[in-house]
Amino acid sequence: MNNSFPAAAILIVGALLIPFLKGRLKSAYLLLLPVIAFVNVVSIPEGIHWTVGFLDYDLIFGRVDRLSRVFGYMFTIVSFMGTLYALHLKKEDGQHVAAFIAAGSALGAAFAGDLLSFFIFLEMTTIASTYLIWARRTEASYGAGLRYLVVHLFGGLCLLAGILIQAHQTGSLEFGVIGLNGLASYLILIGFGINCAFPALHAWLPDAYPEATITGTVFLSAFTTKVAVYSLARAFPGTESLIWIGAAMTAFPIFYAVIENDLRRVLSYSIINQVGFMVVGIGIGTSLSMNGAIAHAFNNILFKALLFMSMGAVMHQTGKSKATDLGGLYKTMPLTTLFCVIGAISISGVPFTNGFVSKSMILGASANEGMAMLSLVLLFASAGVLHHAGIKVPYFTFFSHDSGIRTQEPPLNMLLAMGMAAFLCVFIGIFPGPLYSILPFPVDFIPYTGTHVLNQLQLVSFSVLAFCLLLLSGIYPAEMRAINIDVDWFYRKGAKGFYRLADRLLGVKVDASLPRVDGTDREVIHGNEDRNIQT
Amino acid sequence: MKEGRLFDKPKHVKRLLMGFYIFLLLLIVADLFLPKHPAFPWEEYPSFYGAYGFVACVSLVLASKYILRKMVKRKEDYYE
Repeated sequence: MNNSFPAAAILIVGALLIPFLKGRLKSAYLLLLPVIAFVNVVSIPEGIHWTVGFLDYDLIFGRVDRLSRVFGYMFTIVSFMGTLYALHLKKEDGQHVAAFIAAGSALGAAFAGDLLSFFIFLEMTTIASTYLIWARRTEASYGAGLRYLVVHLFGGLCLLAGILIQAHQTGSLEFGVIGLNGLASYLILIGFGINCAFPALHAWLPDAYPEATITGTVFLSAFTTKVAVYSLARAFPGTESLIWIGAAMTAFPIFYAVIENDLRRVLSYSIINQVGFMVVGIGIGTSLSMNGAIAHAFNNILFKALLFMSMGAVMHQTGKSKATDLGGLYKTMPLTTLFCVIGAISISGVPFTNGFVSKSMILGASANEGMAMLSLVLLFASAGVLHHAGIKVPYFTFFSHDSGIRTQEPPLNMLLAMGMAAFLCVFIGIFPGPLYSILPFPVDFIPYTGTHVLNQLQLVSFSVLAFCLLLLSGIYPAEMRAINIDVDWFYRKGAKGFYRLADRLLGVKVDASLPRVDGTDREVIHGNEDRNIQT
Repeated sequence: MKEGRLFDKPKHVKRLLMGFYIFLLLLIVADLFLPKHPAFPWEEYPSFYGAYGFVACVSLVLASKYILRKMVKRKEDYYE
């Protein structure tokens, strides 16, 4: 019975019923949907399903192979965790619906067998994601959401143009290996690259994700970039330029992350860094590196969701997310602290966490190919990850100077969601076998050799030492109430300049200011009311 | 709820750091005895990974603080 619907349809159609349900029934229904979708993903046989004729082409909604299925697992698992995390939102049906549409569209994109239906699902993810940004209902989120939408629509146009040229030249819409070979493929790569946050096309990510709702960011962090990783793995495996694009992605965001004050923005830069490792793996294109990239996508969804959930829990309880405002929260939020630290050591690739078992595959693949320069860049980036996501986020939130904030743990559903993610991070780290068994290629890789473990422990521990010494000596840059401009400066300032120019040329006053929105964050206010924070 | 004071007392922090330094020493010693299968020549140097991690982090922080921050830092209301 499960196979009569594509998993995408279960979530998207299922989402439409949410507003009609109430109370416990609604909670149960919300948790049940991703479970049904997961069972569906597990049980569909490999092959082509649900083909629909469209003009002269066939749209394929269910191309099931080992690559698409592993992404299906990721998206359904994170949907369950994200829904559990958002279960306390009783009056935010819009957010639940948008989250499921984003999840369903991501699933649809992973199982799309042709470029056109992939494109449609990608655009649906964009629209649902934009809603999750706007649902914060602040002026900042309105602007960031609008910029997110415009940038992604531009990416969508590039992709669509590429697809049309490709279809015209080859007479086929098949979504298979494309490779870089002409205008169509470059346009498609740019379309994927915007979603993947390629360098210089990345600014939408740290611009928008920190402005989304507390629960929405958990979904956002999982879907858009991982769909892009899937599309690169499908269409551009072994494309050499991806190695250097990926290497740049691992390196440059960590500099921004060191000086950024908003800790959810730090985590956003760290998404780019992590996706960079995956892009490198796809660019190398050996079975070890491809497996490493996919495994790292799987693990990244878990620890990145965990980190965003723990920072979200802090924000839900205190209304704050900036390093300058936080500190000392371990005293009143010990469980959240523990979960955040597990996420932090996982993303840093400490042995016996899931980050170690997948990142070492990519590093190993780079070493196998004798790429010395690349290996050094990736090692630098690994040390850098530890520095900003591994230490900075938990340290400035839960330890550091005491901010004086006294609060308590977040609602039970949030704790359970974080607990589930933390458990999976450690479980996969200790028993990588089940993860390795679902990867696209057979795995012949042993992560736990003495040398691997010792090298990684040295890299991580001496990076921690560097942090301690810099902090104790006062050299570590003080957190500042400031923003750091990124390449979004060009279109944010550029748009203002355009309006000024229009004023001059046309002699008409064009109102470039954003319409005022109800400038309160309902989620945070809801949290504050419930929990009576003493500051 | 009783507040944990684990990290507020300088004595505790000192002990924690001491334990950490001992752990680092153990890592350096272990590296001398573990057989290596170098894929790159630099892996033959003793404790290369520790040294690299340390230098990487220090240069990362210095470059961010003294170069990048000088270039990109603006007031919080810069775009408003």
